[in-house]
Parts: sequence; structure tokens; C-alpha cells
Amino acid sequence: MIRTLPNSRAYSWSYAAFVGLYFVFLFAPLAVTCVLAFNDSNFPSLPWYGFTTDWFTSPGPGRVGIFHDAQNLRSIWTSFQTAFWVSVMAVVVGTCAAFLFEQEDFPFKGPLYFLMLAPLVIPGVILGISQLLAANTAGFFIEDVFKVDVPFLRPSFWLVVLGQFSFITTFVALVVSARLRKFDRALEEAALNLGANRWQVIVHITLPYLRPAIIGAGTVAFLMSFENFNTTLFLVGSEPTLPINLYLQVRDGSTPVINAISLLLIAGSSVLAVANLWLSRKSA
Amino acid sequence: MRRARLGFWLFLAPVLAWLVLLIILPHLDLLIMSLRDGSGARAAWTLQNYANFFGEPIYWLTFVRTAMYSIITTAITFLLAMPVAFYIAKVARVRLQGFLLTLLLLPFWVSELVRIYGWMILLRESGVVNFALLKLGVIDAPIEMLYNDATMIMGLVYTSMLFMVVPLVSAVESLDDSLIEAAHDLGAGRAVIWWRIILPHCKPGITSGSIVVFMLCLGNYLTPNLMGGKNSLWFTEQIYNQFIASFNWNQGAAFGFLLLALSSAIIWLGLKLSGQKLGEVAS
Repeated sequence: MIRTLPNSRAYSWSYAAFVGLYFVFLFAPLAVTCVLAFNDSNFPSLPWYGFTTDWFTSPGPGRVGIFHDAQNLRSIWTSFQTAFWVSVMAVVVGTCAAFLFEQEDFPFKGPLYFLMLAPLVIPGVILGISQLLAANTAGFFIEDVFKVDVPFLRPSFWLVVLGQFSFITTFVALVVSARLRKFDRALEEAALNLGANRWQVIVHITLPYLRPAIIGAGTVAFLMSFENFNTTLFLVGSEPTLPINLYLQVRDGSTPVINAISLLLIAGSSVLAVANLWLSRKSA
Repeated sequence: MRRARLGFWLFLAPVLAWLVLLIILPHLDLLIMSLRDGSGARAAWTLQNYANFFGEPIYWLTFVRTAMYSIITTAITFLLAMPVAFYIAKVARVRLQGFLLTLLLLPFWVSELVRIYGWMILLRESGVVNFALLKLGVIDAPIEMLYNDATMIMGLVYTSMLFMVVPLVSAVESLDDSLIEAAHDLGAGRAVIWWRIILPHCKPGITSGSIVVFMLCLGNYLTPNLMGGKNSLWFTEQIYNQFIASFNWNQGAAFGFLLLALSSAIIWLGLKLSGQKLGEVAS
């Protein structure tokens, strides 16, 4: 039971062992991926043939390390651009939504709030296909009526951005709302009494207060976008994002280059995650 | 006052554009598409796409299978996550708590694809586990551990674990220690304390965790596809096949709508049974 109650030694030990095993379960696949990125073998498996950094730096032609792998580098760059636009758009609209639902009163607020939560319970695959269909319908309609072809309504970079934006915004809105709820509105009233208008209040008082939450939500949005697979799968055009590109390679048989990319991903997201955690602890 | 209304519209416009253009209209389109036949511009209204689903056993069997396995996965995830959450919130020393929680969160910031790939390296025929077992002399020939239902469920449990653990940790944390101490002083055993005090208190956390995990399993494509192998079908794969392989968008739309209806129905049922609202679960 809990700390303050007496426990038998055997019980305490077996409980701790269970939790220990759980953490092994949690980290085993990540650890093994990272270790095998340095194995001097052409397959991502044991036995261990010695340490090498070929899978990062080798220029080819036999082994092509990730830093020389044009196709994978391009997909990483695509993912960066996608994640950048998704997080910028999601933060702007998500913050608007937080203000709307926390500080304003208007008819249909309840149903609209419910609608905003809907992406939480819509499977990602469904979001992807419904957006593919809608973009396709809109594309045909515009072509029929205006005789113009809109390329971004076919599977493309911007369609991926819109698809990810549609559900990541919900997460941003929830994070910013939680912070906004703790905001002391007496501060706003004081500023209004001193002659500020609503915009000055938001720019000089509320937004600075929200800044940690906005940065945190932006980080989460960036990571969610960077690793999204289910929604992206249906919207991706000629420029695959990294998860899609990796999926195709893993499905068709893998080389240690994938381990090297995975290691970079693990390192990158861990740094962002720890930074985000540190930030949220400071603001709490 | 006039200026304040302007502010209201500036908040409302982007939010409304998002919800209408990217949530409502696409799902209406999904419904309409599923009720049309695929004959191009002169498409007629039809229920044929839904009839196909019920007429072809492989479709609805996969559908039922997906739902059952998602429920099983949710249950296993809960059974595994509950002791861990309790350990972190109530058993571990206070200084260790934050560290364990951080450790718990870290793997889930990494892409699902990387995590599944890690399991594939561990479990496949030439994988690390087989290598170790062979070296230890436990087995004589490597065993294929991937591509079966048990491994697929383990993969699903692994990928959705976080969404169960985090709500459970905060639910257990909010439980007052003195309630457990009082029960103990009054002679209650472990089982009674769990059943009468801890679990009822954690009900909101359990519900919200279960809903998210269930939804993520139902809509997962990657894990069943990479770990489940050829003969373990998942409904999202059927949807993908209709869209990308057969190019039968109307049929795929019907499947998509059925999956959406299923997940909404089960989540609605879960909320009703536990007497909660979506808004409470989300925040």
C-alpha cells in the first residue's frame, strides 16, 4: 500500500521489480534501435561486428549514411516545413479559440465547444480521408465553375498542413485554455480602468501571461505534426514527410540507416520534450 | 462596446472557419460520398456501399475483430498502467516521483513509427531476442515472434500506454492518503481498499484514459500493418485498400463512416455508463 502503511519486504520488492520491468518494456525498443545504429553490419540486427559511424557519415557508394542520403534528408526537410506551418497556424487559431471559449459569451457556445473537442475522438485515418474527399470535391467544383485548377487541393504539401492543423489546434486550444482559466481577470479590469482598450489589455497583459503555455503548446504541436502518420498518409502528395518515407522503407526491408534516423529523432524529440517540461514546470 | 464586439468577431472568425471548413464539411462530404455510387458526374443515391459491407463477411468480420481487439487492448493497458500509476503517485519516494514521471513521458515523444521499428528489430526472426535466446541455449531454432495477434496487441498496448498512465497518475495523486490509512486502521485488507476506495476515486481518470486508448487503437494503421502481418486484418487497412489500392472512394467513404459511427457509439456508451461528459474528460 502507500508509503505511510507497513508493507512486507517481499511485497515491496516485487512491486518495485514490476515497475522496473515496466520501464525496461518502455525503453527496450528505443535502446536497441540506438545501439544498432552503430553496428558495423549491413543489417539492423545482432551479432555485434564492432563500432562504426558509417550509417551517419558514410558518403557511399556501398553504404550511404543519413547525412548523404538525399531522399531521407528531403523528407526530413519536408517534415520540418510541415511542422513549422502547422504549429504557427495551430497556435494562432488555438489561442483565438481559447479566448473565445474562456472569455466570451455567445449563442451556440456549448455545441461549438463540443465541436472543437470532436477531433479528440475522431480516428486520424477518418480525418485524413474526409479531408481528402472534401478537398477533391472542392477542387472539382472550382474547376467546373471557374475553370481553374487549384493544385493544392490535390494530395500535396498544403493539404497535409491543413489535415494536421485540423486536429492539432484542439490540443493547443486546450493547453492555452487551461492557463487562461487561472488568469486573474482583476488585472484586466485594472488596466481597463486605467484607460487601456481591449486590444492593449490583450497585448500587454494577457498574452505575456499566456506566453509559457503558448510556447509549450507550440512545441507539442510541432512534435505531433512531425510524427503524424495516420492523417498524413491519405493527404501526402509527391513530397512525403519523414514518417511516411520511413514507413515505406521499413515495410520493404530495413537497413541501419533507419536506425541512424531513429536515433536522431529520439535525441531531437527528447531535447524538445525536456525543454517543454522544464518550461511548463517553471510556469506552473 | 462596439470595439469589444469587433474583438469577439476576430476570435470567432478563425475558429469558425477551422471548424466548418475542416471538421463539419469534410465529414458531411464523407457521408454524402458513402451514399453515392461511383459512376462519376451522374452519380445516383444508393445504399449499395453499406450493403456491400454487410454482404461480404470479411468486411464486417474485420470490423467486429477490430472493435473486440481494441477493447481487449484497452483492458490490458489499464491493468498494466494502474499499478504503475499507483506506484508513481503513492509508493515511490517524493523526490523520485518527478523523475519517474519524466521517464514515463519520454518514449512517447518519439514517433510511433520509430517505436514500432524498435520492436521489429527486437522480435523478428533475426532479431535481438531470438539472438539472445539462441546464445543462452533456450531455443535451437529462431522463432518468428512478429506477425501474430498477440504481438500486435502488445504493440498497440505499447503505443497507447501513455494516454492511460497520465490520467491515472493525476487521478491517484488527487486521492487523500488519509482515506487509505483510515480504511487500513479499520481493518480493511488490500483488496477491499482497492475495490472500495482507490478504484471508485479514479473513475474519471479511468474513463478518459480508456476512451482515448480505445479510439487510438481503433483508428491505428501503423501497428496492425507492421506487426500484425498479412492474416491479421485491421479495419483501417480495409479503408486504405479501398482508397489507395482499389480506388473505390465511395466504398472507402462508407467504411470510414462506419468506423466513425462505431467509435462515436462506443465512446458515447462509455461516457453514459460512467456518467461523464466529453468536456469533463478532455480538460
